[in-house]
Amino acid sequence: MSGSKTPGAGSPSGKSVKLSFGTNKTPGNGKSKEKLDRFIPTRSAMDFDSANYTLSKENRAGSEGQSPPKEDYQKALAASLSVNDSSRILAFKQKAPAAPEGYENSLKALYNQNLAPTVAKKQFRHVPTTQERILDAPELMDDYYLNLLDWGSQNLIAVALGKSVYLWNATSGTVEELCTVPNEGDYISSLRWGSDGNYLAVGTSDAKVQIWDASRQKQVRELCGHTNRVSCVSWNGSILSSGSRDSTIANWDVRKRRDEACVARLTVHEQEVCGIAWSLCGQQLASGGNDNMLAIHDASFRLVNKVQAHTAAVKALAWCPYQSNLLATGGGTADRHVRFWNTHTCAMLSQIDTGSQVCALQWNPHERELLSSHGYSKNQLCLWKYPSLVKVAEMTGHQGRVLHMATSPDGGSVVTAGADETLRFWKPFGEAPAAKDADGKLLGAAPGGPLAAGSAAGFGGLRSIR
Amino acid sequence: MQCQAQLQRSTITLKGSAQIVTQYFEYAVQSILYQRGVYPSEDFKQKKEYGIMLWVSNDDGLNKYLSTVLSQTKEWLESGKLRQLVLVITDVTTSEVLERWTFDIETNKEVVAGGKPPEKAESEIKSEIAGILRQICASVSFLPLLDTRCSIDILVYTDNIEEVPAEWEDSDARNIKNAEVVSLRAFSTKVHNVKTMVAYKAEDML
Repeated sequence: MSGSKTPGAGSPSGKSVKLSFGTNKTPGNGKSKEKLDRFIPTRSAMDFDSANYTLSKENRAGSEGQSPPKEDYQKALAASLSVNDSSRILAFKQKAPAAPEGYENSLKALYNQNLAPTVAKKQFRHVPTTQERILDAPELMDDYYLNLLDWGSQNLIAVALGKSVYLWNATSGTVEELCTVPNEGDYISSLRWGSDGNYLAVGTSDAKVQIWDASRQKQVRELCGHTNRVSCVSWNGSILSSGSRDSTIANWDVRKRRDEACVARLTVHEQEVCGIAWSLCGQQLASGGNDNMLAIHDASFRLVNKVQAHTAAVKALAWCPYQSNLLATGGGTADRHVRFWNTHTCAMLSQIDTGSQVCALQWNPHERELLSSHGYSKNQLCLWKYPSLVKVAEMTGHQGRVLHMATSPDGGSVVTAGADETLRFWKPFGEAPAAKDADGKLLGAAPGGPLAAGSAAGFGGLRSIR
Repeated sequence: MQCQAQLQRSTITLKGSAQIVTQYFEYAVQSILYQRGVYPSEDFKQKKEYGIMLWVSNDDGLNKYLSTVLSQTKEWLESGKLRQLVLVITDVTTSEVLERWTFDIETNKEVVAGGKPPEKAESEIKSEIAGILRQICASVSFLPLLDTRCSIDILVYTDNIEEVPAEWEDSDARNIKNAEVVSLRAFSTKVHNVKTMVAYKAEDML
């Protein structure tokens, strides 16, 4: 196009705009007053030949290989940059077996060792405050100094009612009379099962110690030596120790002939010996008397120490099941305290003022607790935490002082004999840890169940009220 | 003379070196599986090797898998094509790679090509291996706990091989992002030089 029409000097009215196509206008300067911007190629500056070649070259380049020097160069470059396309990463198709389901890495214990141990605070268990069942026990003597109840390891409860000893089979609920003192006016004053639960040592008011075989219902020994009633007896393997109102403790080796049986005589007390207990390991003998003394003897019957701390008769003695030198003792009406002793040093560790005469003590075999039985005025059983000495539970039910206590062999039940002439069963200690299938043996049957029915049939005195 | 040479056994052939390295892999993998608790520790029994007590698995499935993988690995070692062996420990549920044990192998090309086998006392190699295995046991002290159920996989880095047996497939590298890498000791048979290291997912506590 030749000729150029330039807009007039005067500004256009805006009705029509004439654009100029003059070739002398270089690109970039084409900014007209109307602010239009457009790239105006200049053909003269272009080299169409080489452009054509370059464009068509791209289509050919893919099919042909690069020049050999270029390939080597690229490989070397790749190698140095470790873009190694020549290596392969292989994995076996069949994978390794997986860890078993629910498997937890056992190293967790190793890793968690430094963490503060999560102390699982055990929720306090519910202690039933009433008895589980009641058995009638007529003619049970109301004498604080006697020990008339024991629960043997064969699950037989021996209780002395007046002149006779009865065995109550806790498994079957049956009752049988074991023995009776022949003379009028005499009575049974103490009894204790041997560790096998078959031999029962019986102390009588006529100063005799008898040993009975419960399975054959036969007396196998009669040991004479005391001069007054035998108020307490305790076994240590084949040694039987008996404490008497004559204030002596006689120790018998039951394997020997009756005239050689007495191996030692201890005369440490000045009044009736009402409590006697060998430690669970058989290394120490504790005895308590009406003279308010507690005496500790060693296994060769030498007196280790005599302590006067209680202000009343010491009848209740209980060795701790988990600590071999810990002894709990209870004092009578004037004292009312439970005291804890380290029997190696004979030092008193702590004491509890229970507010009532302490008749018997039993340790909880599963937990660190102590059960005490009392007299006036509540006739209650108290469960204490050890060593904090906090009263955990109080169980009432007896109408007279709770004279005797015994624990079942599985540690789940406690039987108490009271001056109200009843035997009551309690469950203060909670579930025995591994006794899942021992329910059949336990008293745990519902009161209305088969056990109750069995015992209703003639106990010769003992019958089930509930 | 022959028994003396056998006792000495300081001349390491390519095949012999491959055997030593494969055996090392087996015990190293077993030790790692036991120490990291990937499989229950009841499934392991003790065995004395390299002069120390090592744990090997009782599980047939696992042992069969390992022996199959490692026999093929040995072949590749003998042909000098093996570059790396990697043990990957993955979380079963999230398929995330938690740990990656790498065994880097440098092969002496001369011996592969048929040159003279070098000399190194076998007892020395064994003690070097024992040192590394002890280090694996000690790694428990810094490696994070593998809390979840894990599965393992063994990857093999090889030179470009055209003929791959049918049981093997190609895989990706299964690397760990933001990994902490700890390098353990290396041992050498003069034919193969094996470096061991472990990469683990750094705990993002910081």
